[in-house]
Amino acid sequence: MKFSFTVNRRSRSLDLDPRVSLLDALRDHLGLTGTKKGCDHGQCGACTVLVNGRRINSCLSLAVAHEGDEVTTVEGLSNGTLSPLQAAFVEHDGFQCGFCTPGQLCSATGMLGEIEAGWPSHISASLDGEYELSQDELSERMSGNLCRCSCYPGINAAIRQAAETERDT
Amino acid sequence: MTLDLKVDGQSEDRAETYAQGILGTPEDRPDGHAKVSGAATYAADDLPEGCVFGMLVRAPGHGGVTVLNEDEVRGTAGVLAVIRDPRMIRNAAQGTANAAPVQGVDQADYIGQPVALVVAETAEAAQHAAQSLRLRTDGEAGPVNPDDVEAEGEPDTMGDLDAAMADAAHALDVVYTTPSMTSAPMEPHAAVAWWEGDRLTVRSALQMLKYNRNELADSLGIDPEHVRLLAPFVGGGFGSKLGISADAVAAAIAAQELGRPVRVVQHRRQVFETVTRRSETRQRIRLAADDRGRLTGIGHESLVSNLPDEAFSEPVSQATYFAYAGAHRVIGERLARLNRPASGSVRAPGEAVGVTTFECAMDELASEVGIDPVELRLRNIPDKDPHSGLPFSSHTLARSLNEGAARFGWADRPSSPRARREGEWWIGTGMAAAFRVNMMLEAEARITLTPDGAVVETDMTDIGTGTYAILTQIAGEALGLPVDRVDVRLGDTTYPPGSGSGGSFGAATTGNAVWLAAQEIRQAIAQRMNCAESDLTLKDGTAICGNTSRAVVELLDGASLEGHGHVTGGKAFQDVRQSTFGAHFAEVAVSDVTGEVRVRRMHGTFGAGRILNEKTARSQCHGGMTWGIGMALTENMVHDRRDGHIVNRDFAEYHMAVNADVPPLDVHFLDERDPWAGPLQAKGIGELGICGAGAAVINAIHHACGVRVRDLPATPDRVLAGLE
Repeated sequence: MKFSFTVNRRSRSLDLDPRVSLLDALRDHLGLTGTKKGCDHGQCGACTVLVNGRRINSCLSLAVAHEGDEVTTVEGLSNGTLSPLQAAFVEHDGFQCGFCTPGQLCSATGMLGEIEAGWPSHISASLDGEYELSQDELSERMSGNLCRCSCYPGINAAIRQAAETERDT
Repeated sequence: MTLDLKVDGQSEDRAETYAQGILGTPEDRPDGHAKVSGAATYAADDLPEGCVFGMLVRAPGHGGVTVLNEDEVRGTAGVLAVIRDPRMIRNAAQGTANAAPVQGVDQADYIGQPVALVVAETAEAAQHAAQSLRLRTDGEAGPVNPDDVEAEGEPDTMGDLDAAMADAAHALDVVYTTPSMTSAPMEPHAAVAWWEGDRLTVRSALQMLKYNRNELADSLGIDPEHVRLLAPFVGGGFGSKLGISADAVAAAIAAQELGRPVRVVQHRRQVFETVTRRSETRQRIRLAADDRGRLTGIGHESLVSNLPDEAFSEPVSQATYFAYAGAHRVIGERLARLNRPASGSVRAPGEAVGVTTFECAMDELASEVGIDPVELRLRNIPDKDPHSGLPFSSHTLARSLNEGAARFGWADRPSSPRARREGEWWIGTGMAAAFRVNMMLEAEARITLTPDGAVVETDMTDIGTGTYAILTQIAGEALGLPVDRVDVRLGDTTYPPGSGSGGSFGAATTGNAVWLAAQEIRQAIAQRMNCAESDLTLKDGTAICGNTSRAVVELLDGASLEGHGHVTGGKAFQDVRQSTFGAHFAEVAVSDVTGEVRVRRMHGTFGAGRILNEKTARSQCHGGMTWGIGMALTENMVHDRRDGHIVNRDFAEYHMAVNADVPPLDVHFLDERDPWAGPLQAKGIGELGICGAGAAVINAIHHACGVRVRDLPATPDRVLAGLE
């Protein structure tokens, strides 16, 4: 099946078996192997990418369903130099093996947007209002991204620092 | 030339006198940029031209395997081959096996054994075909429960424990159980294989390349010299990638048969079955103590399991031998041969489960005697290894306990359980000691010093442990170069053989090989400076001897210098007892309504000799402590009692600690050097953090609500049963 979409600000047209997941399209057909396959079941978050600004598990989505969509992967988070979030991950050692990291980065980017947009989480006290990036909110909202090396302290410190940088600029 | 060192005795701390000042500092990882930008290439990330896709097929039952529709599947569009080759392996090889594990596809010894590989032009076609292959197995399940067989092995006995128990002022006799657990690195096991003539190259997810090369070659029946393995980035291992796995062998066979590169990625659900699990354990612990809590006897007898023909037996009590004093002892394991998936090394084999349960029992004894748990440990620190009589190379348990307790605020703790309550939550604190044996294997490394800087090469791996960072710092410190002028290249068997990553020996073993390679270059530079190497100072690319100072680039005169280091652990690892030590502290909240346990904060103080990179070492400890939370509260691989198959083989059903489960983790390193551990005076840190961490949580549960959980994990139902 033919379809076209935008990946990291670049238009792409593909002709794929309809069974190809968005994850496999990115990795095996566009060579964007930064996005990882940890479980292929939507249970680990390693494949998280942004679609039209929202974070999704790309393993649970068929590529051909993304006609016209704008997809951002880890390769699209930076323009030559690392983004403040990526740099903060390095500074705070927000990874060890690095395999879940692209998903953590895309997820954190999407999550900060959700906080900004006033989306509640499972633990939010109310369904509407402004939400602070508290430790509990951050951890709750990032718990779909597993890290077996268990770099959660570094991941959380990095996200917090990047959010503060963002707010100050 | 090669600088060889067999570590037979104590080493001088030369690093202390060096000038660059980057050994131990919290440098960022040099591989960090690649990892956060998506540029790091893991096993499945590089598709060679013409690569096709293989999918393993699992045995649905036990016994003889028959394929019912092979021709039909082979005729499906896009399918290239259905491969059932006797060289395919039953399960991943054990760590340092250095030879093929059990092979064959005609007999399934456990449910989930890979018994076929389907190869197709696309990954989708391969997956569909693999799911379409219908298999029949004709056997009954063999024994799958530890109680159903006569277990092998006898414990070691010293003195008369029964008499010590009878005479003791305080005697404890308890049974703890821990379930099977999985390593679950985020990167599933994967391999891309291709042949050029009779030469095989495999990109794979592996921890110990020099062994893995021999394991793969032996599996295929070819010369190891004809095999090249590549693993520059590995997405976690935790023991599961110590040995060659089924994907790599199958990919190599298929690539040869088809004359094309073949990629085989194990599905997550396959990883649960085909790579080695941590064995379940049942541990009987007996403690005999006098009226002041001094141990007179220790019993630690465990029942573990593995598949037939596997050499590994979970060494549950290997730290119990030297942890505490006590003259009368019965210590050891018995192994049940079961047709469950194979067991093997998972992060801190032995201590992860053995120290955890033993430290829970120590907490019970402290309650029994009526003294503080920290004080009980302090009263039982031996002055030499009680089993072997050997002296300790260094012993930091007392320091860890005292400094850890102070940092955690242990002194404020109410002495009896059920003393703090916040709404529905009982609040309590617990502690445990940490022990992990320290080992050194054998490693080689090469450094080439050019006018641009130093290139370090070894087939050592970085599985997230920080190898790139610490080898950069070691070479930079010895050669007087800033980190950006050192280029570390790993994970390629064309480089000198490192130790591989495992058993917490990687940093010290391969690190010392790099150190020696740098020493050889230092000697050459000193010669050109006409001074003794011991008088040479190297800093920021400048060589200084007395009043003479010259740029190293000048001394090189456009050429390069090469150093080759080779280290082996020797008598220093036999004549003294080497171990790392630590102390864990945890605060938990236990819901009186649901039995849910939330960890509120944790502290760990650790003594592991010189810390090579304060940042990456801390991350390793965070990892271990978090695994302790998982072991204490959620991790539980369930085997079906009828046929042994793993019931919960995915991340929705096997619960590892996630972000919201992990509270602030505080880590403190003791300033320590161990001269017996080699020239760097550094010991392993990758596994110490898990040893005993879960016990601090379990003991905190008791302190919070008075419930002793002896069957891990402490899930809400088990806690609630004690609360009612």
